[in-house]
Amino acid sequence: MDFNDTKEEAEFRAEANAFLKSHLKEKTGGRRRESGAEFLARAKAWQKTKAEGGFAQITWPKEVGGRGGTPMQQVIWNQEEGKFDAPTSPFQIGLGMCIPTVVAFGSDEHKKRYVRKALIGEEIWCQLFSEPVAGSDVAGLKTRAVKDGDEWVINGQKVWTTGAQFSDYGILLTRTDTSVPKHKGLTMFIVNMKDPGVEVRPIHQASGGREFNEVYFTDVRIPDSDRLGDVGQGWKVGLVTLMNERLAVGGSPGPDYSEIMELAKELGLMDDAAFREKLADWYVQAQGYKLTKFRTQTALSRGETPGPENSIGKIITANQLQDICNSGIELEDHFGLIMDEDLSPMKAIFQSSFLWAPGLRIAGGTDEILKNIIAERVLGLPQDVRVDKDVPFEQLRVG
Amino acid sequence: MNFDFSEDQKFLAEQARKYLSETCTTAEVRKVLDDESMAFHEGIWKGIAEMGWLGASIPEAYGGLGLGMLEMCVLAEEMGRALAPVPFSSTAYILTEALKLAGSEAQKEALLPKIAEGSVIGALASSEGPGAPDLSKLSTSFANGLVNGTKIPVLDGDIATHAVVLACEGGKPVPVLVDLSAPGVSRKTVKTLDPTRSHAELVFKDVPGERLGETADGAANIATLMDRAAVLLSFEQIGGADRAVEMATDYAKERYAFGRPIGGNQAIKHKLAEGWVKNQVARSNAYYGAWALSTDAVELPEAAAASRLAACEAFWFASKENIQTHGGMGFTWEVDCHLFYRRAKLLAVQLGAPKLWKENLIGALETKNAA
Ligand SMILES: Cc1cc2nc3c(=O)[nH]c(=O)nc-3n(C[C@H](O)[C@H](O)[C@H](O)COP(=O)(O)OP(=O)(O)OC[C@H]3O[C@@H](n4cnc5c(N)ncnc54)[C@H](O)[C@@H]3O)c2cc1C
Repeated sequence: MDFNDTKEEAEFRAEANAFLKSHLKEKTGGRRRESGAEFLARAKAWQKTKAEGGFAQITWPKEVGGRGGTPMQQVIWNQEEGKFDAPTSPFQIGLGMCIPTVVAFGSDEHKKRYVRKALIGEEIWCQLFSEPVAGSDVAGLKTRAVKDGDEWVINGQKVWTTGAQFSDYGILLTRTDTSVPKHKGLTMFIVNMKDPGVEVRPIHQASGGREFNEVYFTDVRIPDSDRLGDVGQGWKVGLVTLMNERLAVGGSPGPDYSEIMELAKELGLMDDAAFREKLADWYVQAQGYKLTKFRTQTALSRGETPGPENSIGKIITANQLQDICNSGIELEDHFGLIMDEDLSPMKAIFQSSFLWAPGLRIAGGTDEILKNIIAERVLGLPQDVRVDKDVPFEQLRVG
Repeated sequence: MNFDFSEDQKFLAEQARKYLSETCTTAEVRKVLDDESMAFHEGIWKGIAEMGWLGASIPEAYGGLGLGMLEMCVLAEEMGRALAPVPFSSTAYILTEALKLAGSEAQKEALLPKIAEGSVIGALASSEGPGAPDLSKLSTSFANGLVNGTKIPVLDGDIATHAVVLACEGGKPVPVLVDLSAPGVSRKTVKTLDPTRSHAELVFKDVPGERLGETADGAANIATLMDRAAVLLSFEQIGGADRAVEMATDYAKERYAFGRPIGGNQAIKHKLAEGWVKNQVARSNAYYGAWALSTDAVELPEAAAASRLAACEAFWFASKENIQTHGGMGFTWEVDCHLFYRRAKLLAVQLGAPKLWKENLIGALETKNAA
């Protein structure tokens, strides 16, 4: 066991760091969620720079614009990039989840057409799975795809689609057969988000912002050649996307133990014994998660595939974020209610993340679903009784 | 033993619930949430004044209904349940109680009747910045009858007509009654986590004030005032917490996933059961607080602190798990879950965050053990 870089790793780290330094500012203060046109332009520019420098998707082959590097190099890059003010979030879903799905199930033309453009930040992708009637039980979705000659006609509604408002393409899970059990009647497509009939409407979130979307499909026509996987095999395709999700969504912008420690110092509350105990607990949790990731990364570097145990990440980070924000507000006492960035300590990061944290406990698999996954797929406990298992979809109650 | 409210008090609760469910719907609460220029809901304020609730605990001689503190508790619960966007706590718990506790005859005569009719709005000006205010080191001063200093945030500070300002007089903390229409008062609205209850920064520059209470050391009066308000506030919290658990329960019965209601899953069942347990713990502690409040019992400090702590925990848990139970829907603006989440946080810090009340509680227990 050894936490030091090998000679090659150290060289790569130095190279990465020098590249980052020449293009970005080092991060100061707490991480916060960003959005808006200016942020998007900055993110696209950075993705391009990164790709040109050979640092985008390090493990991907050179032919598609990757570096052909090792998983360990990717880990090192992520660590170094994390120290800088790097706008990466608009690409997480596309590069982390959608493109790997395209690579796994798409044709050679698809790979030629889409992978590189996504990699250099020219095209953004979104994931169109969840619907008002189907989130945790996403296989219960209703959006219909009906074959018409060489095309499919899509009608229905998706919800919570992250980044749909600025996406060029999406991977779209649809129902093509209602007469078979729910998992068997699904089919996956690539959809052009600029097609007529695709309408993106922002969702007003509980946190106040409007960064996520509802997407409506009205007689949208998709050529059969843009199908990913066989008809009726959409669930299998989607699982590949979702397997990558737990890796992509792990991080949670917002204050952590070090920021609440800073707050306590600012308020002169570091002497408080009860606070010190809590702080110790947060540190142990956060460190436990970080080191667990190292173990995953070690496994990755040996060529092992990430498994269901990766569900651990969001269970820890999302709940801890909510707890730390709540505690930060209470440290500030009544003043902690103030949302004004100019008045509130540390630019109101505890307050804004307090409102965001409940969403993180739901996005990308709820706490409860992630725990079910650990219980059933890691621990091997018996599955829940599945009343919907062999029932044709059209006889099933959803939503 | 009879550890319950009377039939009359329950009838009052029923009436109040019925009235508020018709007039103070979440659609009405949202008017204040969505409209920045609306600091509170004047219609609801007028309505509850007409119902007599603003004067419920004010003696008839001063224009009130002359009901007891138990009736106030019952009303507080309903106000909390309805998330009423009105300065009820600032007026009926803070200003009224401060006057009843320490006000002079003249002060009572001048203000209590106007409180009862709804034309006087109160506020507690305590906080002076981040962190719980240290009463022994308040920077706001009271000398020669004048108040100087800055208070931020003051709940209902932008709409109040009168404030109970905690200030330092000759090195001792005192509650000072200030008419906010006096020259030298400036106010600025501040944005907070719960826009359904407005907050302001209040700056006092040589503003005339009157000390509440004869004694030069107001610490005991302030402590009692806080305890009394805390009991009432915990009923508001329980009202909100109960409704959040009910909302989540209703949704868990209706929402289907994997072919059955999500409430069929033990992960959801246990979550909601835990919420219910916390609410019962809070309610029972609050009843004890209500008893102590209504009988001026010596146990008030410990009863108030326990009641407040249990209520903070219950509302926090219920409000966050209500969102969680609603899944993605719960994280939308349109669904009411976040109104409870925001209000839970407001109520948990407005009289001082739980840490302070834990100190109060253990302090009270130590005093009792030493006796
Ligand atoms: C901020 C945000 C971003 C998102 N981004 C995307 C995106 O880009 N693309 C996309 O497709 N989707 C996205 N989603 C949707 C997300 O995946 C779903 O909201 C989530 O899976 C939950 O589904 P639901 O909202 O339908 O809740 P439901 O499935 O209705 O769940 C309601 C409650 O029931 C519980 N529950 C359900 N089934 C069980 C069970 N078997 N056992 C125990 N408890 C259960 C849940 O845990 C939850 O508490 C996003 C959501 C959010 C909040």
